[in-house]
Amino acid sequence: MTIADTQSLDASTSGRRPAVLTVEDLSVVYEVEDPVTAVRNATFTLAPGEILGLAGESGCGKTTLAYAINRLHRPPARISSGSVTFHDRDGSDVDVLSLGDEAMRRFRWDKLSMVFQGAMNALNPVTTIRAQLDDTLRAHRPHMKRKERLERSADVLRRVGVDPNRLSSYPHELSGGMRQRVMIAMAMLLEPQLMIMDEPTTALDVVVQRDILREIVRLRDELSFAVIFITHDLPLLLEISDRIAVMLQGEIVELAPAAQIYAEARHPYTQKLLGSFPSLSGERGAFIRTGIDEQRRAQ
Amino acid sequence: MTNIDTLTEPAVDQTTVAIATAGRPSEKSPRERSRWRSMLPSMTPWLAVGLVLVVGIILFGLITPFFAGDPNAIRDSGLMPPSAANILGTTQTGQDVFAQLATATRGSLTIGFLVGILATALSALFGILGSYLGGFADEAFSLFSNVFLVIPGLPLVIVISGFVPQQSRGLWTIAVVLAITSWAASARVLRAQTLSLRSRDYVAASKVAGEKAWRVITVEILPNLLPVLASQFVFAVIAAILGEAGLSFLGLGASNSSTLGTMLFYAQNGFALSLGAWWWFVPPGLMIALFGMGLSLINFSIDEIINPKLKNVRLHRKRAKAARKLDRGKAAA
Amino acid sequence: MRYFARKIGFYVIALWAALTINFLIPRLLPGNPVDILLAKLQQRGGIVTPATRKAYELLLGGDTSDPLIVQYWNYLVHVAQGDLGVSVSYFPAKVSDVIASSLPWTITLVGIATVIAAVIGVALGAFVGWKPGTWLDSFVPATTLLAAVPYFWLALILVYLFATTWHLFPSQGGYDVTLDPGWSPEFIGSAIRYGTLPALTIVIASIGGWLLGMRNMMVSTLSEDYILTARAKGLTEGRIMRNYAARNAVLPSVAGFAISLGFVVAGSIVTEQVFSYPGIGSKLLSAVTNNDYALMQGIFLFITLAVLGANLIVDLLYGLIDPRTRARG
Repeated sequence: MTIADTQSLDASTSGRRPAVLTVEDLSVVYEVEDPVTAVRNATFTLAPGEILGLAGESGCGKTTLAYAINRLHRPPARISSGSVTFHDRDGSDVDVLSLGDEAMRRFRWDKLSMVFQGAMNALNPVTTIRAQLDDTLRAHRPHMKRKERLERSADVLRRVGVDPNRLSSYPHELSGGMRQRVMIAMAMLLEPQLMIMDEPTTALDVVVQRDILREIVRLRDELSFAVIFITHDLPLLLEISDRIAVMLQGEIVELAPAAQIYAEARHPYTQKLLGSFPSLSGERGAFIRTGIDEQRRAQ
Repeated sequence: MTNIDTLTEPAVDQTTVAIATAGRPSEKSPRERSRWRSMLPSMTPWLAVGLVLVVGIILFGLITPFFAGDPNAIRDSGLMPPSAANILGTTQTGQDVFAQLATATRGSLTIGFLVGILATALSALFGILGSYLGGFADEAFSLFSNVFLVIPGLPLVIVISGFVPQQSRGLWTIAVVLAITSWAASARVLRAQTLSLRSRDYVAASKVAGEKAWRVITVEILPNLLPVLASQFVFAVIAAILGEAGLSFLGLGASNSSTLGTMLFYAQNGFALSLGAWWWFVPPGLMIALFGMGLSLINFSIDEIINPKLKNVRLHRKRAKAARKLDRGKAAA
Repeated sequence: MRYFARKIGFYVIALWAALTINFLIPRLLPGNPVDILLAKLQQRGGIVTPATRKAYELLLGGDTSDPLIVQYWNYLVHVAQGDLGVSVSYFPAKVSDVIASSLPWTITLVGIATVIAAVIGVALGAFVGWKPGTWLDSFVPATTLLAAVPYFWLALILVYLFATTWHLFPSQGGYDVTLDPGWSPEFIGSAIRYGTLPALTIVIASIGGWLLGMRNMMVSTLSEDYILTARAKGLTEGRIMRNYAARNAVLPSVAGFAISLGFVVAGSIVTEQVFSYPGIGSKLLSAVTNNDYALMQGIFLFITLAVLGANLIVDLLYGLIDPRTRARG
């Protein structure tokens, strides 16, 4: 089975670059006793302001891929081949894998930020929210004054629906949903061009999940950053993504606009995945893709 | 009606694996390790050095006294430096330092392990039982442990030893006193571990199944506590040897005993220091330090079992470095 | 707030326990300490009156007909008033005076040495733990050797090297006895000179424990999610090490301070013996040799008080640096 790449470029917005990120042939190997190839020849491009969903079961390599793009992977993981190119708004191209340490540090969060899975432990437990937002700003915008930093921190919190008074709270004093919003706010601090979100809503209950998803889409519309949204929840992606990439055992087996995945998924695994989610509407016991399965049965 | 027809639909795993592996050579499945094998520490240079030191010194203490000669034989040749006749020289009264070292090592090891066992048993009792039972018993035991923890150990031992007349200070008395003043720290660690284990699902499952308390403790909890218990035992032995050595050095140790501490006591009183007789006072202390070092290194390896994060970081860095080198080699070729 | 109240309450209980232990020990052990004591007193030329005997029996127990609980109450009252009896080995000085003159020496020595050892040990441990698996790890075995060295043996070695062989520092005493004690610069200078080797002993012997504890916690902390977030945020390595890793890794070291202090107190007592340092430890030892039971009891009480006080301060400090404890209460 080959990768079906039916990317549609948005030609109406001229002056914008056609892609913000190009990943070509990226492979990541875990050098354990019997080496495991966690990501195999991943290739895709990401348009500015696009939401790309990355779906697959646990262990398929989606988180490894996300970390590798930002070079956050740690031994024993190793990038064995491929390239990651970031196409900056200002016209330059950045070869992410060959950046030096200092350049990588400056690149991170400023151009590309991340929201991690389960913000339970993603925030430093012994410092305040204000301190954690503050040190990000100090590290990347050294010329900002204290008052400006405070204002910006309060501003991003308001944007995600968190009361700015929470700046003086510690992470353990916030609920799970609030912590996740703080993480998203923190990711927006420097107005990056690309945000990678790794299962940002998995640990939350569905109502909170809905709120946060709405925020993300709204913010994307306002600030036009691109999003790589990683989750195992395919129906969720069908609702919010522009395109969806399906991963299986380290390979991207299908990459197509969301509508196309819903209507005519080509790869058998994608079909299987779609058929595994129970539907709330339709016949009792029916799955999300009753249409497809009936078709198959008829064949 | 469901869409799944079990007769015609193959199992999901088979299908997806078949799709994925089509056209790709099959990969080996990971080797299986039995549960007990994985509980043992993996060999590292640290563990090797630690084992060599500990086993070596134990053998030294057990075997050498049999053929090192009489440590108490007094000769005329007082305070002689190391020579062919006496490997480590002689004491002020002409006694052979090497023979004394062998006997003293045996004495220290004996009391060290004795106190270690006593102290660990006490801390297991107060740490594990109390926290397993929970409620008032847990609060009471915990308070008891904490109070014993903050009351300073050596001053208490000194005061107790001071009140006991010289003649009655036997080996057992000293051992009991040392054990009483050193169990509290371990009890706290064991309590913390038991508390975390107590709330695990498999413990709840056996309680629901109607297992008696002592059975749940021995079958479900203790095996998981073994690494921590082992580590605490090692600490207890180190602390006991150091504590006993300190007591003996002060002249408050067990009467008639010969340990590394009493050797240093005699060395101090025999003016070994001011007379420059380094061969008398350096070896005993060095023996204690090396044994303690060996035990600490073993403890490090046990730590890596308790906390796998410690082991994996080192291992992974090594592997990644090796793989990078391999790549660079291939690129250069 | 509950956290602080609980801690203070605990230390009150611990103090009561120490007083009770102090009360019970002479009464539980074999022998009649009061008789031995009074015999010694007479040897020194002291006069034994019924009042003297009564005073000692209060502290040490004797053949009185008072029930234990009444003795206990009287004992507590006397201690609260600061009356700990008269010392036999330093006759006619009162126990409280002997303690008052020697306690400052020990607290200064042990206090300064512990702070130095803790600060350096934790800082070094943070460095060694920051990059595990690199050459820095080779420090670990050497540090375990250091941590297992007995205090008194290290003291002997230091005396042998620096005093006997190289004549750099004095080997005995706390200050030059030809000087008058006081706050003059010469006296303080002399006190520092005499205190260097004892302090060095305590620092070297205790630094290993701090280093190893901190190193292990750093390695553990490195795999936490918030470290990953900090790296992803593009913060400098130094900032991550200090504010994210070390800040969290140091907590167990502070929490375990009580255990480390126990070892330091034990070590300092033997160190004082080797150096004949005029602190409370050497007074305790000479009291044991001279069967000066009242002094022994009094010193034990004061050492316990000092240790409890230090632990209380550190526990309160912990409540300040770990915000989660204040929530748990």
